[in-house]
Amino acid sequence: MKLIRNGTFVEDDFITVGDGDQLPDGAAIVSLERWQAERETLRARNAPIGVRLQSGQEPGAIADDLDRIDLVALEFPVYRNGRAYSYARLLRERYGFKGEVRAVGNVLRDQFQFMIRCGFDALEVTDNITPEIWAENAGSFSLFYQPSADGKETVLSLRQRLAARAQEKATA
Amino acid sequence: MYRYDEFDQQLVNERVAQFRGQVGRRLSGELTEDEFKPLRLMNGVYLQLHAYMLRIAVPYGTLSSKQLRMLAHVGRKYDRGYGHFTTRQNLQFNWPALKDMPDLLAELASVEMHAIQTSGNCIRNVTSDQYAGAAKNEIEDPRIVSEIIRQWSTFHPEFSFLPRKFKIAVSGTPDDRAAIRVHDIGIQIVQNGKGEIGYEIYVGGGLGRTPMIGKKIAGFVPKEDLLAYLEAVMRVYNMYGRRDNIYKARIKILVHEIGVEEMTRQVEAEFAELRKAGALHLPQEEVARIEAYFRPPSHENLPDDSAELNKAVLADRGFANWVKSNVAQHKVPGYAIVNISLKPIGGVPGDCTSDQMDAVADIAEKYSFDELRVTHEQNLTLAHVRKKDLHAVYELLKAHDLATPNIGLITDQIACPGLDYCALANARSIPLAQQISERFADIERQHEIGELKINTSGCINACGHHHVGHIGILGVDKKGVEYYQVTLGGAADEKTAIGDIVGRAFTEDEVVDAIETIVTTYIGVRQNGERFIDTYRRVGIDPFKESLYETH
Repeated sequence: MKLIRNGTFVEDDFITVGDGDQLPDGAAIVSLERWQAERETLRARNAPIGVRLQSGQEPGAIADDLDRIDLVALEFPVYRNGRAYSYARLLRERYGFKGEVRAVGNVLRDQFQFMIRCGFDALEVTDNITPEIWAENAGSFSLFYQPSADGKETVLSLRQRLAARAQEKATA
Repeated sequence: MYRYDEFDQQLVNERVAQFRGQVGRRLSGELTEDEFKPLRLMNGVYLQLHAYMLRIAVPYGTLSSKQLRMLAHVGRKYDRGYGHFTTRQNLQFNWPALKDMPDLLAELASVEMHAIQTSGNCIRNVTSDQYAGAAKNEIEDPRIVSEIIRQWSTFHPEFSFLPRKFKIAVSGTPDDRAAIRVHDIGIQIVQNGKGEIGYEIYVGGGLGRTPMIGKKIAGFVPKEDLLAYLEAVMRVYNMYGRRDNIYKARIKILVHEIGVEEMTRQVEAEFAELRKAGALHLPQEEVARIEAYFRPPSHENLPDDSAELNKAVLADRGFANWVKSNVAQHKVPGYAIVNISLKPIGGVPGDCTSDQMDAVADIAEKYSFDELRVTHEQNLTLAHVRKKDLHAVYELLKAHDLATPNIGLITDQIACPGLDYCALANARSIPLAQQISERFADIERQHEIGELKINTSGCINACGHHHVGHIGILGVDKKGVEYYQVTLGGAADEKTAIGDIVGRAFTEDEVVDAIETIVTTYIGVRQNGERFIDTYRRVGIDPFKESLYETH
């Protein structure tokens, strides 16, 4: 697997640990179950911490801890399961989460742009994805009808600016 | 009608470029069919029994003459000279080659058309009333809000991988021609006590294996909040809709399992948050911009009565029948709505040749302000024809075998493609519809029987909407033999109902006789010329059961 963070291929500095495994000294990602069971210890830990949510585990479950959490990994068990798109938007738009939101699991190249739009800033992708494939698919579309977590200007807003400019010209 | 601005056009162009890349990767072998599947399914390309099928979106069923001519051209150049209009007001081509599809889509893009979201588990083409802008009791033209929804739902990043496909329909009149209560979301345009226009929202309607009638979850959503409300419904569905079983994945199952009160509560809670966030607030200027495209065309000032029409009706019996069944009242004096039947006797419901498309495009240009509509009953509509032109329009249609006077009658059937095309089907639908059509070919008899809708599906997925046919026919497979199960009393209008199963299924040889028996029974018990559906609602299923099964 490769990790793309903010459009750049990087080494993963987080280690995903199993529920029974010993925590490493550095940055670690734990399951929601482990987070809930060891919440106090994990909160007090002196290293970055991430929580991995499976499909069906809503971000509301960690909403009160987002101040301490550095990364939320959202799982796509299969590309067809689009629940995590809603989870990502909720994390960004409802809970104001500023840390990393990482897409893990079955992530297809044709979904990159949808994921970015919903607030994912990191994607775990298969090894065959190259920077060229990333660039091509992350920018398939340059215009957007919907407001979303990436804050991109919408077509509606572009229309309003055009209309305002036309009006200015007319009155000038 | 709506015209793309530079932004709408650029998006469609970018989609063509993206799909060209995807098809190229499939043709070069870089993608396997399995890997290509999710990509083609985002763009209306299905793999059928014999070939790929391409479904082209006709947003809310509205077409310009220019667009219809392009469809005729595409049919000639890339297919076998015809296309098939569907129950989602779309057009399907059954035989294009995959390698041609990018060019085909580029040609369509040049007339503001595309195949975006005509398949896949996303928000599909929004459907609406074919009489939009012409119906007498219309509160507001439903195409305005349909276009707003089309834009919002196009490439929605959050809702492109839903548990299952998602269908929205809009009606602008109290009598419902858009079947809104059998949609995932049905929108009824309403006016409140203060004269403001808003939306009544139904969720969880649908056909398929588990037919359900939509439940009302909002009585009045203000115009500026509609998109926030729809996004709330979609988010609840995307988060909680079932993904463990494809047959339980539609929103109707979620609504059924948690109950309409709980569904309403969750949607309201999400709606409150989205409304507060404000990003989806719909500004008045944008509504006005889109509204302007749907202003009524410049109708002439005419007397309502037309001497030319009256004279022709008396002189031409065939024309008189056509006027009776195919012509509907218009809100403007001196005008009429013309329905073009795509159900000739013995034909394939919804099929239309390229030559017929060109002919209809010419007629629409000359007689109906250059635009037309596709209906969810697989016919076409010219919404604004002067009454004095009706006979001329009739003659032109007749010359192209498009003047069958059977709209709403027993041979105006809805049928899915069935086993002749579809990989899912258990039984043939089209040949059965053709047999029924031949049996009741006598037009005088059809008029004598009156309004009667027969819908046929070749399998339980119900693409032929059999549950809501006055008479519904469902193809089932019993140990390799095709059987047909018959339901009675279904309806998709403002009194939506799911039909009742009449009894054991019929063989292919029996089923047309069974329909005949049902019709004869109806004629025997009907009172004061009431419609079949009204008779059924009055007398129930028993008289039909008795006459169908007593002699067997």
